[in-house]
Amino acid sequence: MKSEPPAPRTLFEKVWRDHVVRPATASTPAVLYVDLHLVHEVTSPQAFTRLRERGLKVRRPDRTVATMDHSTPTTPRDEHGRIPIGDALAAAQLAQLQRNCTDFGIELHELGAEQQGIVHVIGPELGLTGPGMTIVCGDSHTSTHGAFGALAFGIGTSEVGHVLATQCLLQRRPKTMEVRVEGALRPGVTAKDIILAVIAKIGIGGGTGHVIEYTGPAIRALGMEERMTVCNMSIEGGARAGMIAPDDTTFEYVAGRPRTPQGAAWDAALGRWRALPTDEGATYDRTVTISASELAPMITYGTNPGMGMRIDAPIPRPDSTSDSADRAALEKALHYMDLRPGERLLGRRVDVVFVGSCTNSRISDLRLAAGVLRGRKVAPGVRMLVVPGSQQVKRQAEAEGLHTIFREAGAEWREAGCSMCIAMNGDSLAPGQYAVSTSNRNFEGRQGKGSRTFLASPLTAAASAVRGAIADARELSDV
Amino acid sequence: MSDTITPVRTIESPYVVLDAQNVDTDQIIPARFLKVTDRAGLGDALFADWRYDEDGSPRADFVLNRPEARGAEILVAGHNFGCGSSREHAPWALRGYGFRAVVSTRFADIFHSNALKNGLLPVTIPSDVHERLVSWPVNGTRPALKIDVGSETLTLPDGTDVHFPIESFAKHCLLEGVDEMGYLLNAAAEIAAYEEAHP
Repeated sequence: MKSEPPAPRTLFEKVWRDHVVRPATASTPAVLYVDLHLVHEVTSPQAFTRLRERGLKVRRPDRTVATMDHSTPTTPRDEHGRIPIGDALAAAQLAQLQRNCTDFGIELHELGAEQQGIVHVIGPELGLTGPGMTIVCGDSHTSTHGAFGALAFGIGTSEVGHVLATQCLLQRRPKTMEVRVEGALRPGVTAKDIILAVIAKIGIGGGTGHVIEYTGPAIRALGMEERMTVCNMSIEGGARAGMIAPDDTTFEYVAGRPRTPQGAAWDAALGRWRALPTDEGATYDRTVTISASELAPMITYGTNPGMGMRIDAPIPRPDSTSDSADRAALEKALHYMDLRPGERLLGRRVDVVFVGSCTNSRISDLRLAAGVLRGRKVAPGVRMLVVPGSQQVKRQAEAEGLHTIFREAGAEWREAGCSMCIAMNGDSLAPGQYAVSTSNRNFEGRQGKGSRTFLASPLTAAASAVRGAIADARELSDV
Repeated sequence: MSDTITPVRTIESPYVVLDAQNVDTDQIIPARFLKVTDRAGLGDALFADWRYDEDGSPRADFVLNRPEARGAEILVAGHNFGCGSSREHAPWALRGYGFRAVVSTRFADIFHSNALKNGLLPVTIPSDVHERLVSWPVNGTRPALKIDVGSETLTLPDGTDVHFPIESFAKHCLLEGVDEMGYLLNAAAEIAAYEEAHP
């Protein structure tokens, strides 16, 4: 065997190399092995149909886990403890997933089950997600799992079929981008504000063709759930995947979860995981640096996640941009949002506040929101939904009494699911309504036809619910 | 069912211009249309919120509803087309409507990959060419484009040839009508060996 020169490598390069089944050539992409395939009801049915048409089995049902999250209602359970599904189309889609999982022998966390929840919440929660893995799902926010030092990215339904049948994907190697976050966050500024600032800086297409690695002291200081929030929105900057090198924070989170390696297997895994961080001297194709200490709470004003700014800033003026296409895009966005250039968003009335989604529905997010709402009320005329990311998050929140805080404040405490982030499950805004939302997309109509979305952190969302208008949580005590 | 799909070799058609940047997959097909278990009929939902009024009637000012859009198989759209979600329903809707190619200065990664697997050709061109296409003068006949996959050439209405890149394997699949599943299934022995070495 030839010995390899000890070239310094990035985290991404190490995980990639570990999973190459057949190397790429000039005429063919690499065959890349997938350690974990997560499945949900919306992007999988046509893939299972393809398998049936070709008489194929699922190659590794033991590496495949399904849940119901996108089209599921989050309305309260009935007297039998069941969650009624009012929408016939959604019911049929969910029944199809159940049938597919039964026929192909796949573990399914069905609606209302003990471990059901948003696919990117339950993976880490169950210990399915781990450092150094390759993880895919027919969902662009699969980048979330990169918080553990996994290479995790969203795929289309054709590729869902490829992974079901072969446990592999055909991939050209992406480029790498380092997003270095220097310094330390100031009080009241959160992981969500970091990632909204990153996307505002690089633009929504800025990471296209790249895998991002988030580095620097401000990233190291984040807990795992905060790291997931950062990696989750990598795709909103155009990057298919975002990664953070695993460290003791990671290992502490992973240890003892139901599906985490135990005993000798744990010790062996830990040895491998400690070798994953990017080597000294390894290089990235691009590096972007931001300073955490200069960040403030962020909010979006437009119709893509790159249209974000400090919460106290004026909305940019289209005539201040030199690029005619950018100017047209901003004008179109402000027209849709019915906002004026130069206007400030603080104090602007909102109709709905949504705390939830794979970006911000974990227990730490709910604790932040509850901390603001404790002893306060949601302003009259404002509807606030708090939607836990999983049944486990829901149980934890209830054990801590957070649901009581939400309910006493006048917010709705719901069942687990994607809810108002995607508005295909009964939870949506009415046309023209404004929402402060902890989700990840403010596209036109994303939260329902004609909906207008301001993306922000759980702190900003909760403070805005109390004020009935966009508010900076750091100033709330002055109310 | 075989491992083959319909080959895509040349496309020649008038084009329509959707002059918007960052057209995301929620615009291409809103999420409420994703509660399906097959891929048929999604062409009607293409650009639904831009294309139809509240009562479902076509908006006269939307480009696909104009007479000159009829039968066009090529869509010319702004920068960063297909950003957002991984929904393959986006290329299914574009194909269902009748488009066979989308021309832009940049495509989002997942959309680009999904499009190629459905015989929808993403054609990436420089911004100066894009600007020319957007403002091409209409003199009685609709401007048309010719796309040749084999030579990676886009021919403009005035006969000018512009090169566009296609990844080599994707090109092979398009020209020969091969799908990736068959290629991966043929790697079964190597996959098994990998699994053996990485339990």
